[in-house]
Amino acid sequence: MALDDWDKDVAKDLATEEDIELTDTHYAVLEFLRNKAKDGDNITIRSVGKSGITDIKQFYQLFPGGPLKKASKIAGIGKPTSCV
Amino acid sequence: MGKNDHPLKKVCIICAKGAIEDVYASLVMANGAVMEGMEAKIFFTFFGLDAITKKQMKKLKTATIGNSAMRMPGGLPFPSLLGMLPGVEAGVSAMMKKQMEALDIPTVEEFLEMITAGGGEIYACKLAMDMFKLTKDDLHDEVLGVLTIGEFYEKAGGEGTQIIFT
Repeated sequence: MALDDWDKDVAKDLATEEDIELTDTHYAVLEFLRNKAKDGDNITIRSVGKSGITDIKQFYQLFPGGPLKKASKIAGIGKPTSCV
Repeated sequence: MGKNDHPLKKVCIICAKGAIEDVYASLVMANGAVMEGMEAKIFFTFFGLDAITKKQMKKLKTATIGNSAMRMPGGLPFPSLLGMLPGVEAGVSAMMKKQMEALDIPTVEEFLEMITAGGGEIYACKLAMDMFKLTKDDLHDEVLGVLTIGEFYEKAGGEGTQIIFT
């Protein structure tokens, strides 16, 4: 999916597939990841933890069972390619 | 049989060495597992204990002597004699850490926190603790407990589990 084809409704549908109900915090994380992707930055779990939106523990609770992978999918960006 | 018939569910890692690269291999594998939604447990033993000992965890080094893969920046061979000089090991280790920071690889302490934040568990080996005269108070707060290897194996049970030794 192209970055521009994404909107909140798309995110909602993708999240439903993962059994996640999106809150404002979820959207803030998704927005953060999309901005990182647009800038061509490495997507890492550490950067999410330092974003000021959530800490890593809460990130795991927001997107259970593989937070970075799931959040990236719902954010409509590529699969994270970093090992950290 | 397809590779997804028996997906990996749990990764148990035994870290027995204390050089930067040995410790980070264990930390990256454990963190990678929790990030994929798997269970992860690390058992630190022998010199690997340095990684979770408050006094040592910030001072891990990479060996400049007896390390046949050691190269100069640019790829030229690294003379063994050079590795013996005072400060060389510290310099090389500082350079490794700088390179890792640039790739957003956290410090050991932060890595331990990231792993436990994802539900991973950190353990210390009782036998090695006794050998090095360490107590639980010497260990970082993220260490969940001090176990015998038998107790660690108990935690390693279940279908889809792998034990990795580094």
